[in-house]
Amino acid sequence: MTTAPPTSTGPAPSVEHDKAAESRVGLILRARELGIVLALAALVVVTAVVNPRFLSGQSIRDLVLAAAIIVVLAVGQAVVVITRNIDLSVGSVLGLSAFAVGSLLQAAPGVPVVVALLVGLAFGAVCGLVNGVLVRFGNVPALVVTLGTLYVYRGIGFFWAGGQQINADKLPPGFLAFGTAGVLGVPWLIIIALVVVLVAGLYLRTYRSGRELYAMGSNPEAARLAGIPVGRRTLAAFVVSGALAGLAGVLFAARFGTIDASAGTGMELNVVAAVVVGGVAVFGGSGTIWGAAIGALLLTTIGSALPVLGIDQFWQQAIVGALILLAIGTDRVVAARIAASLRRRESHVVS
Amino acid sequence: MSSPDLSPRRLLGRLTSWDAAIIGVLILFVIIASFTVDNFASSRNFSFLVLDLAPIALMALPMTLIIVTGEIDLSVASTLGLASAVMGAMWEGGLPIETIIPVCVLLGAVLGAVNGTFVTVFGLPSLAVTIGTLALYRGLAFVVLGDRAVAEFPASYTDLVTGRIGDTGIPLLLIPLVVLGLVFAVVLHVTPFGRSLFAIGANAEAARFSGTRVTRVKFWLYVVSGAVAALAGVLWTLRYSSARADNGTGLELAVVAAVLLGGVSIFGGRGTLWGVIAGALLLTSLQNALRLADVSNEALSVVTGLLLIVSVLAPNLASNSHAALRRRRRPDPPPPASPNPDPAPSPTPAVRSS
Repeated sequence: MTTAPPTSTGPAPSVEHDKAAESRVGLILRARELGIVLALAALVVVTAVVNPRFLSGQSIRDLVLAAAIIVVLAVGQAVVVITRNIDLSVGSVLGLSAFAVGSLLQAAPGVPVVVALLVGLAFGAVCGLVNGVLVRFGNVPALVVTLGTLYVYRGIGFFWAGGQQINADKLPPGFLAFGTAGVLGVPWLIIIALVVVLVAGLYLRTYRSGRELYAMGSNPEAARLAGIPVGRRTLAAFVVSGALAGLAGVLFAARFGTIDASAGTGMELNVVAAVVVGGVAVFGGSGTIWGAAIGALLLTTIGSALPVLGIDQFWQQAIVGALILLAIGTDRVVAARIAASLRRRESHVVS
Repeated sequence: MSSPDLSPRRLLGRLTSWDAAIIGVLILFVIIASFTVDNFASSRNFSFLVLDLAPIALMALPMTLIIVTGEIDLSVASTLGLASAVMGAMWEGGLPIETIIPVCVLLGAVLGAVNGTFVTVFGLPSLAVTIGTLALYRGLAFVVLGDRAVAEFPASYTDLVTGRIGDTGIPLLLIPLVVLGLVFAVVLHVTPFGRSLFAIGANAEAARFSGTRVTRVKFWLYVVSGAVAALAGVLWTLRYSSARADNGTGLELAVVAAVLLGGVSIFGGRGTLWGVIAGALLLTSLQNALRLADVSNEALSVVTGLLLIVSVLAPNLASNSHAALRRRRRPDPPPPASPNPDPAPSPTPAVRSS
């Protein structure tokens, strides 16, 4: 551990140097998120100059509605990635939950929207629990486990659906209205996404168990020795990711109205891209929920800016891939800078 | 390997090892399926099985070497797709197939070199890099070919892939498969180079200090992986006589599953090539039998996913219980070095160290 907490018993380290180093570290990290915001702003400006209708009310509304689902997924993914794990099964969990809730509403149209949301959340949490149990007790890399459950959950969806599709006319109108309506002109999907971002962001920033997730991601062994229940926290992170993917499934169903077993296929790549582009290091231990949310917004904006800019839609996936590579490369540079900065701090303390 | 220890315990260990068990399960499965699944044991089905096996087994060969060194390459299926798309575009452009095939394989080597550069030169985790290139290469495949399909490849070449040796019913494709399998087995298990791969996987730092050029070795493994994946793409395109950007989507799962099922440790340093070949055979014959029993392709992914999970879980659980057994058998263990003098959690968990 390079950042041992300053103990009260030892000789007091020079506080000013500490603060200076900390602000330097903070500056680099903030610069990372600022970069994403600037990239987003630049993209919006350029696209709006090419076609001013990009900034019309309807266009912005479509954009944020599409982003809301990815944002919810990205928040869950960020929680998992910060603990130095990964959850590749989110796209499949989304599809499964969307189909489950769709079937429920088809069978019982009177079910209120809140119950549908809770059912999706619970359904996803169970999927996440399975992932978490396998990772915690199987002692195997999360990547392999969730690559496996990606296909298992998707396959279960195909078994269940058996080729049938749930169409919008089979869903209760109240539920479909929920996908587009809102309060005071702000759609419900966006309110939900914002609440998720705020709650998770504050929790990870402020609460002790939230900070412990960072400690685990920085150095799992040190976290264990520091008395953090690493296994339990890992399990919880996967349950959160699964639950949010389940919630996203309900939002997906409400937004699109048409659900089949392939809903959300391949979405895990976009979500992982959003998270790492948003500054959550794949090595764990750093990054913020806000960053992940902005990353998701950036990715969605790229998706809707491409046709406006006259670029072939087929480029989108290639851009996602290139952004992942760019982001992890940037993280490497940032990590090297922070390490150098911390080394400087240590040398100050010694002198 | 070099010194065959024939003590009974060692022999028992050998017989109960994971790869031996997989070979046993494979034989058992083939026997049962031959009796219970209609048409499974026909020569016609055998050639289908080999055609299904070919891309998975081909890509599993370099993947084994990569996973033995403790890395991974998730971009193989996308490399296959991009090679297939480029092949289609070039064939459409009127180039002769004799030029197209080497160019595609070369392209695969370049794509692999890109992976290798990110992993070795920039020192990034292979998992993240190859998730990125998984998206990038598949995306480029769509850029090249869109959602079109290019068909009508020369019959002389498609027949070569789907054909059989004379009247024997043995698919022609089995020959390059066996040859490449032997080459990789010899490289991994007989040559000093192969031993150095295990050394890297066991402890890369130690391997580097003992004179292994770790980064160079890893780089070339990715190049080979890319080239072989592109070759698999060429074979795939010729087999279905259809070049599409989405060819082989999701196949990386089957490849990784086959390798891990074959007893290669996901943490590196352990595994055998015959185990992997048995794993690939078991996976494809299981899928083949289920398909004959009218299980849909999408639902089959449950089986592949489960096999993947089981094959990473089982060795860990087995070694855990083995360790527990050993602990119980030895009632008087040496006292632990330091039984954690300070179990109390530190008041301020340190965060954000790098």
